Amino acid sequence: MQNPYLPYPVRIEEIITETEDKNLKTFNFVFINPDDQEKFNYTPGQFAELSVAGRGEIPIGIASSPTEKGFLRFTINKVGLVTSYIHAMKVGDIMGIRGPLGNWYPWEVMEGKNVVIIGGGFAFTTLRSSIIYMLDSDNRPKFKDIHVIYGARTPGMLLYRDELAQWEKRDDINMHITVDGTDDPDWKYNIGFVPTITDQKAPPGNEETYAIICGPPIMIKFTQPVLDKLGYVHDNIIMSLEMRMKCGIGICGRCNIGKEYVCKDGPVFTLAQLNNMPKEY
Amino acid sequence: MKVITINKKDWAKGLERLYDSFRLFGPVKQNEFHNFRQLVKGELPDLNLLNTRLSAKSMVYPQSEKMFEFTLDENREDHHILKEIHKDYSPKAVIGIRPCDARAFLLVKENFDTPEYKDPYWIKSYEATTFIGYACNTPCSTCFCTTAGCGPFHEQGLDLLLVDAGDYYLLKIITQKGENFLTAAGWSSKAESDAARHEIETLKRAAEGKITARISTDKLKDKKTTELFEAPFWEEVAFACINCGTCTYVCPTCWCFDIQDETIGLSGIRLRNWDSCMYPLFTLHGSGHNPRNTKIQRVRQRFMHKLKYYVDKYGDGIQCVGCGRCIRHCPVNIDIRKVCDLMNGFEK
Repeated sequence: MQNPYLPYPVRIEEIITETEDKNLKTFNFVFINPDDQEKFNYTPGQFAELSVAGRGEIPIGIASSPTEKGFLRFTINKVGLVTSYIHAMKVGDIMGIRGPLGNWYPWEVMEGKNVVIIGGGFAFTTLRSSIIYMLDSDNRPKFKDIHVIYGARTPGMLLYRDELAQWEKRDDINMHITVDGTDDPDWKYNIGFVPTITDQKAPPGNEETYAIICGPPIMIKFTQPVLDKLGYVHDNIIMSLEMRMKCGIGICGRCNIGKEYVCKDGPVFTLAQLNNMPKEY
Repeated sequence: MKVITINKKDWAKGLERLYDSFRLFGPVKQNEFHNFRQLVKGELPDLNLLNTRLSAKSMVYPQSEKMFEFTLDENREDHHILKEIHKDYSPKAVIGIRPCDARAFLLVKENFDTPEYKDPYWIKSYEATTFIGYACNTPCSTCFCTTAGCGPFHEQGLDLLLVDAGDYYLLKIITQKGENFLTAAGWSSKAESDAARHEIETLKRAAEGKITARISTDKLKDKKTTELFEAPFWEEVAFACINCGTCTYVCPTCWCFDIQDETIGLSGIRLRNWDSCMYPLFTLHGSGHNPRNTKIQRVRQRFMHKLKYYVDKYGDGIQCVGCGRCIRHCPVNIDIRKVCDLMNGFEK
């Protein structure tokens, strides 16, 4: 019987400090046993439990795309016991990864459709995975127009700035990067909150257009009326939720919203699904 | 199903023989309460009881259980890599489990043994165990098993059912596991005639007649989750609750756990411990946000889980067997029977 609680051993291959407050770092991991990489077969939108012996585990969205081979990438916000410890680890250190866990963005449903990605702050990790996945030359023809609305407080708080700049140059993806404010005179992108920029830049909603939203609750709260106004139906608004988790496989009992476990039945839900669930998240 | 008679003076002799092939567990009186624990050779389960204070769930799912071990010693090649821990899954027999606790394992199994994920600790432990049920001739005043999908002589989840018939025991063999247990005990396996079966039936009806507390669950399935969630009675239900968590610890169907690492020097273990939805830390996010920050939310979660979410998720009735422990041991007299009726009768 396979033990779903046993992490795959991994080694930290690279650490990148992402943001000016140094609170977000990206870690690339490689599997110590090459066979484990084959078993870790994931889809954008899924997460994993990062495991540090002696400290514990933490559920984090997968920021790499399955089209990127040879490593797994996670961007980790320094918050509690485990994440603070991971922030102090160095290249070469050994830890564990358990997963992939949870469901994923509905890629099959979105085939042949327009995809609008709306992200705020550090909740851009599985969205990065999704963008890389869709822009892969094998996958890009499967989707119509792709829009990305991504905002952070300041330019220095945006994740993956080099990649954002590369995507800006492409003609097969419409980037709408924004910051709440900046005193940088050379800032050439948008200034304004994500809901405002969504109102200005997002394509109108219809059956052919899906929005994937990830961000802080305040952003989601104010973006949703904008999407309603633009005509997005709630079946086409896809959200990814966060919860305190332990097992990650729907057994330990704490991350439920109604009868759904965010770890196993989620973390991805449509707004239509959430409308029928208790407001307890 | 075969029924045999065991002369009470042969009871101990059979148990004695079982020690060779089983680890035996049974109720033992500690101070004023009975609880399950492993019996040492020659020790008899104390069957002079109404029920144990804690349920029998720890027989399969210990309150604290090691999962993995590891070393932090960087001179060792396998440092910081979690490894499986050796566990004893040799045959084990739980003698004197009440039918409610045995059926509870079947409800809990829905959680630990799913099509997608198998919890190896729970499943291996459960499969290694033979359950020798002890029929309730004298139910407690708080029992409501007969309307909670169970009963004082209920056989689901049991391998054998032991019935105290006064001067002797009647033993009903329910499964092959039960048959194997009987063989190992070496009691005369001569099948009784219909008279013994009839005797069990009579005792069963008498016991069922003594259970007067009832709940209604028929309408729970068709209620709208969000409407029950927002029902006005939760504040009153939760008013006296002190979030002590006793209800979840004594409950045979509460399964929630926490996972923690512990280290001493350079060696460590990962273990899991029973946890409780009554505690605010259970759902506290790293950010400080807590979706169940107030006791009303936590009390509502416990009852909604048992009486609505479980019903909807598994289609196997409520997550409660009517053992009544949470009622008996609640320090502020919160009564799941009343809450169930409030929920079942709720009209928006």
